Amino acid sequence: MIALLMRDLRLATRAGGGFGLGLAFFLIVCTLVPFGVGPEGGTLARIAPGILWVGALLACLLSLDRIFALDWEDGSLDLLATAPLPLEGAVLVKAAAHWITTGLPLVLAAPVFGVLLHLPAAAQPWLLVSLGVGTPALSMLGAFGAAITVGLRRGGLLMSLLVLPLYVPTLIFGAEAVRRGAAGADGATPLVFLSGITLAVLATMPFAAAAALRVNLR
Amino acid sequence: MSIWEYANPVKFMRTSSAILPWVAAGAALCLGAGLVWGFLTPQDYKQGSTVKIMFLHVPAAMMAINIWVMMLAASLIWLIRRHHVSALAAKAAAPVGAVMTVIALLTGAIWGQPMWGTWWEWDPRLTAFLILFLFYLGYIALWSAVDNPDSAADLTGVLCLVGSVFAVLSRYAVNFWNQGLHQGASLSVKAGERVDPTYKYPLYLCMLGFFLLFVTLLLIRTRTEIRRRRTAALLAREVRG
Amino acid sequence: MTRLSVRDLAVARGGRRVAEGIGFDLDAGQALILRGPNGIGKTTLLRTVAGLQPPVQGTVTADPDAIAYAGHADGLKSALTVAENLAFWSQVFGGPGPGAALAALDLGRLSDRPAAMLSAGQKRRLGLARLLVTGRPVWVLDEPTVSLDTASVALFAAVIRAHLGGGGSALMATHIDLALPEARVLDLGPHRAGDGGPTGPGRTRAPAGFDEAFA
Repeated sequence: MIALLMRDLRLATRAGGGFGLGLAFFLIVCTLVPFGVGPEGGTLARIAPGILWVGALLACLLSLDRIFALDWEDGSLDLLATAPLPLEGAVLVKAAAHWITTGLPLVLAAPVFGVLLHLPAAAQPWLLVSLGVGTPALSMLGAFGAAITVGLRRGGLLMSLLVLPLYVPTLIFGAEAVRRGAAGADGATPLVFLSGITLAVLATMPFAAAAALRVNLR
Repeated sequence: MSIWEYANPVKFMRTSSAILPWVAAGAALCLGAGLVWGFLTPQDYKQGSTVKIMFLHVPAAMMAINIWVMMLAASLIWLIRRHHVSALAAKAAAPVGAVMTVIALLTGAIWGQPMWGTWWEWDPRLTAFLILFLFYLGYIALWSAVDNPDSAADLTGVLCLVGSVFAVLSRYAVNFWNQGLHQGASLSVKAGERVDPTYKYPLYLCMLGFFLLFVTLLLIRTRTEIRRRRTAALLAREVRG
Repeated sequence: MTRLSVRDLAVARGGRRVAEGIGFDLDAGQALILRGPNGIGKTTLLRTVAGLQPPVQGTVTADPDAIAYAGHADGLKSALTVAENLAFWSQVFGGPGPGAALAALDLGRLSDRPAAMLSAGQKRRLGLARLLVTGRPVWVLDEPTVSLDTASVALFAAVIRAHLGGGGSALMATHIDLALPEARVLDLGPHRAGDGGPTGPGRTRAPAGFDEAFA
């Protein structure tokens, strides 16, 4: 499993791996929103929690099809499926690699983007923690969507349609925690729900994703 | 004689063609009678005549959810027992469910405009129906995207399972996110006082009518799917032989 | 000792039976070559044996951790070097290190080149070298000699012979004469699946898919 994780990380960081694209996309979203809604700090501060979460979600979505599509094309997925490593484990590892290359940089960079959008300082820790807790669920659900659509022509668009509704609960609780933080309230309740969703997703989705992969490999 | 015999397409075709006219007639009768009866009910003291859209709105909303539950059951039967008719029935039900969701959303908007003064409100139940609609869209799109019919049935089955969990989860998550304008459940066992008996009986009739309408459409669409598969199989045999 | 045992196997592609009634045993040190026209189901049969798809009928008996499969695609990452590619698969399968495999397929010189720079034939050799690092006894190979030149085919035949000599087994679909006199040949031509016949309660064959249940 470690070998697979290291390989995926190495592939992502080598030339053409697309590492950092998600972060650049996040930056662009956070730059475009003020152009759209106007530069008043008050307005921006009010919508910042939502924009930051939606931006993170879209940035995450952007790189999902890479999770399995490349391995599918070059035949690695066939070989992984016959390897001693259970396919469920491979799915979990690949989702983890996706999170480390996409989710984690977003979490770490989010406070900077928060400043760009006038997010109140009180909300910054909530943003950091809620993204940190929520983005693994985004990667894992995305791996499920990628597993379902691997090998389909124009799978990317379909995958967005399948995955985005699954992101709704995560988005609601994640953005709510930040919004409560921004209002000076305690965001712990939504955060607990968010952690619950993430843990449940991490526990169950590898099985669903592996089942979908097995169907697609037939 | 077990219920699984209907998993045989030949048997299903024979039985469904026998009961189809009766179900269709029942649907027409119940819907016709229920809607006319509903239309003739007195005006509500608060909502006026707008209340009468309830006879479309409530049954459509009910069916939107129930059809998804039916698809879930059919998907489970396919995934566990591999009965092809079951998978095709789930496929056939999805567009009907999506249309029911749209009807519920549209009639809701038409009802909401005079009542709440807005066509759309991010009310938890409205939002949940919108999300349900997205799930229907994804499900239908996945069916049409996968070439191999058995793989498509497997993938949509898994999607339906996961989607069900997330649809329920979203339903309660949006509750948390925004308390709504909606009145409580229209019908329930202990809350008989919510809907006056004057409205209740035509409403029951409309619900029965919508249910029978769904069964009619489901049978027709499943028969179409079976015939389509049969055509494909015959074509393939011609190509090969 | 029987490594792989196939009994009365029927396989389906795209929900339609393509070949049926296939049976053979593969013992340690034996090789079996599949022959047959295009579309007869060689690839499908190999994928079924490798456990990537379920059989329609019949059984495949093998230790699941005994089979190494090599399909049309080599499973290489062009951003990684030759040695890194092999090292990864060796770690995943828990097999021997890449050194011997590199030497056996004459890839030693190229070991620190990125796989993207290899020619098609060199990539194929790397894909076959992967079999050596899995450390698995039964090789299931789908057209292993595609894009190999004469010298490389001879190299590959030597690798197969060494594998058989070391107690391994091989099942391959290939049209090229590998000069492996000890290998048996199974022609899939006579195993082409017939049409479904009449449907109904009297049917004994399990249908490959709905289409057959109906046509």
